[in-house]
Amino acid sequence: MTEDTIGKKKGWFSRLKDGLKRSSTALSGGIGDIFVKRKLDAATIEELEDLLIMSDLGAAVSRAVCEKLSKNRFDKEIAPEEVQAALAREIAEILRPVATPLNIEADHKPYIILMVGVNGSGKTTTIGKLAKKFQKEGKSVMLGAGDTFRAAAIEQLQVWGDRNKVPVVSGKVGSDAAGLAYDAIQRARAENSDILMIDTAGRLQNKSHLMAELSKIIRVIKKQDEAAPHATLLVLDATTGQNAVQQAKVFQQAADVSGLIMTKLDGTARGGVLVSIAEKFDLPIHAIGVGESIDDLQSFDADDFSKMLVGLEI
Amino acid sequence: MFDSLSDKLGGIFDKLKRRGALKEADVRQAMREVRVALLEADVALPVVKDFIASVTERAVGQEVMKSVSPGQMVVKIVNDHLTEMLGSDTSGISLAAVAPVPILMVGLQGSGKTTSAAKIAKRLKEKENKKVMMASLDIYRPAAMEQLKILGEQIGVPTLPIIDGQLPVDIAKRAMTAAKLQGMDVILLDTAGRLHIDQTLMAEIIGVREAVTPHETLLVVDSLTGQDAVNVAQSFSDQIGITGVVLTRMDGDGRGGAALSMRAVTGQPIKLVGTGEKLDDIEEFHPERVASRILGMGDVVSLVEKAAETIEAAEAEVMIKKMKKGQFDFDDLRAQLRQMKKLGGMSSILGMLPGIGKAQKKMANANIDDSLLKRQEAIINSMTPMERGRPKLLNASRKKRIASGAGVSVQEINKLIKMQKQMAVMMKKMGKMGQGGGMPLPGQIPPGMEGLIPK
Ligand SMILES: Nc1nc2c(ncn2[C@@H]2O[C@H](COP(=O)(O)OP(=O)(O)OP(=O)(O)O)[C@@H](O)[C@H]2O)c(=O)[nH]1
Ligand SMILES: Nc1nc2c(ncn2[C@@H]2O[C@H](COP(=O)(O)OP(=O)(O)OP(=O)(O)O)[C@@H](O)[C@H]2O)c(=O)[nH]1
Ligand SMILES: [Mg+2]
Ligand SMILES: [Mg+2]
Repeated sequence: MTEDTIGKKKGWFSRLKDGLKRSSTALSGGIGDIFVKRKLDAATIEELEDLLIMSDLGAAVSRAVCEKLSKNRFDKEIAPEEVQAALAREIAEILRPVATPLNIEADHKPYIILMVGVNGSGKTTTIGKLAKKFQKEGKSVMLGAGDTFRAAAIEQLQVWGDRNKVPVVSGKVGSDAAGLAYDAIQRARAENSDILMIDTAGRLQNKSHLMAELSKIIRVIKKQDEAAPHATLLVLDATTGQNAVQQAKVFQQAADVSGLIMTKLDGTARGGVLVSIAEKFDLPIHAIGVGESIDDLQSFDADDFSKMLVGLEI
Repeated sequence: MFDSLSDKLGGIFDKLKRRGALKEADVRQAMREVRVALLEADVALPVVKDFIASVTERAVGQEVMKSVSPGQMVVKIVNDHLTEMLGSDTSGISLAAVAPVPILMVGLQGSGKTTSAAKIAKRLKEKENKKVMMASLDIYRPAAMEQLKILGEQIGVPTLPIIDGQLPVDIAKRAMTAAKLQGMDVILLDTAGRLHIDQTLMAEIIGVREAVTPHETLLVVDSLTGQDAVNVAQSFSDQIGITGVVLTRMDGDGRGGAALSMRAVTGQPIKLVGTGEKLDDIEEFHPERVASRILGMGDVVSLVEKAAETIEAAEAEVMIKKMKKGQFDFDDLRAQLRQMKKLGGMSSILGMLPGIGKAQKKMANANIDDSLLKRQEAIINSMTPMERGRPKLLNASRKKRIASGAGVSVQEINKLIKMQKQMAVMMKKMGKMGQGGGMPLPGQIPPGMEGLIPK
């Protein structure tokens, strides 16, 4: 099997839908079990809370959402779907303000996007997917191989460059990532690219020297263009639990993150931690990753995500 | 970020009177805090529930000594139980098979398989002097094979030459042949990341398993994983069968609840933990460290130690008082048996004691093995609290009931009663020795005698 056949097993949207559905079957199955037309009593609310916890909303947020739901008193007996819909509405209300597509402002050229995040979250892959999306929108794209640390990180980005037929600026393994960013900006300017996406090495947010290195990359970029990076995207892995909140917090502080992308929503992880993050930080959520292929990227829709989260069809 | 669990528990128990046994209602209230602490640490909910149930059962009814706060007592019980569940059987990678020993790395995308494969290879090569080869079966991820090759070069471990277009099963077979020909001790097989619900890719790895029969199949899991950990653990372990877990990114500031979920669901040990991106960043798993991390208390280790110390001192005091009176009931015996299980047999304990008569030594040498200790504890567990406190109550019908409860013969019950009586006599003797000035007084336990005092 070649890499190209992986994505072709199914259509793109149906894959997304399948992915999100899978991630919510357990939850919806659970709700179905609980609510066979009965009153929303304390015990039921507690079970509902459990279900939200299992989708990584966290203990506190799950409680808060359920408390809010229980205030909307359901005196009469209600069907499972009604509870699901009400629950989805509660969650969507939290997510809607942050569901914002990534807007490439034309007055910045090149529009510089910096990809950041912890190790293995999907930064490099997401760059590959975004490159296709941007090109489809008629933009010219260049990539900068700013992960000069990890084995074969440059080669990996190069493959994504080849797939998209876009140039990749790279340096030597072990060279200074900030220097690479500088070179990439120079080259993107020279070639008149609309968008430059710079990959970075994965780093855990509690490693201060690595976070300092990231700040340095940004300083060097700013010397080239005061307004850049125009977008700094934090890539979160949906399988991550409550630590994602800490990731958002620290990366926002150190790298002035402008938006989020959550990957790996094609598994059974539901990414409920996004609800906590949406409540705590004013960070737009731009897109979700739903697979390893180039087309497995979808814009983030608060209502759809919330419905899927509680097991409703979109 | 979070108040320490001990603070919270302290708050709950402050309102209660300090003496007596831990009451069910209070323990339940405390467990609500424990539950939240575990959930904040990303322990999967079903695992949290099981844990709370068993620790509640363990805590209710436990005596609280006067110098220990009930909160401390509960923290200690929770911490002990957690440590136990995380695994006392810390086992490394097993190489007890015909060379080349195949080790298969599996897991979700980006969990750290490739990096961990190289770390393990380096460790086996340097620490155990093994000839190791690595092979990548990842035909999907861009530059995955290149990545393993570069890592191999960095650590001086050969990798199987890359042949484009070969399927994973065929690469695996080629790797086995190559490793055999080159006289390798170990062949590490790295695989592509895959979702546990991806039927095609799960079938692929089953094919690989059947082709090479790996001696170890290691599930590589990100320690930052949330509630999904149970699904991943269950699926990989049901479908592929795993022999151990490698927990990566423990150098992060996640609380590592996935460790408990993995253990609870797969029943397999956590063999190694990844603590960084460099190839030396791999360590053995330390259950007690991870337990305190999960409970979210930087101070938990010292706190628990302090609690344990106070508990021990308080228990020792009670014990010595009892000794003086020549009291030694089945509660004491049970505490004793549990202690012995930890310390490795009664003879070793009694052997350490000065001034013990020959009769006692003989008793001690009466071949007390672990299964016997377990059976004896089961017998005591089948007694009612009243019976435990007043051994004289044990008449024929009670003995019969206990025997059937514990699944042993009445004869064994009689043996245990005899043992209890002998111990009581011994206690009395020792108590007198203490009074006579031959032995130190309460609070100053002589060296070697700590073992006899239940901890
Ligand atoms: N199932 C699934 N896998 C994904 C998704 N996005 C990325 N991956 C996979 O996750 C793994 C890691 O992705 P990378 O793009 O290399 O992650 P990274 O953040 O660049 O990793 P480092 O550079 O090592 O920190 C790869 O196997 C990807 O194919 C997604 O949305 N779904
Ligand atoms: N901080 C830290 N990073 C780690 C650790 N283990 C692996 N990594 C990093 O995590 C990222 C992913 O590691 P890989 O070894 O490529 O993961 P993988 O499971 O092989 O990924 P796929 O093959 O894409 O499924 C890389 O950036 C590694 O450097 C660890 O213990 N600590
Ligand atoms: Mg990368
Ligand atoms: Mg890999």
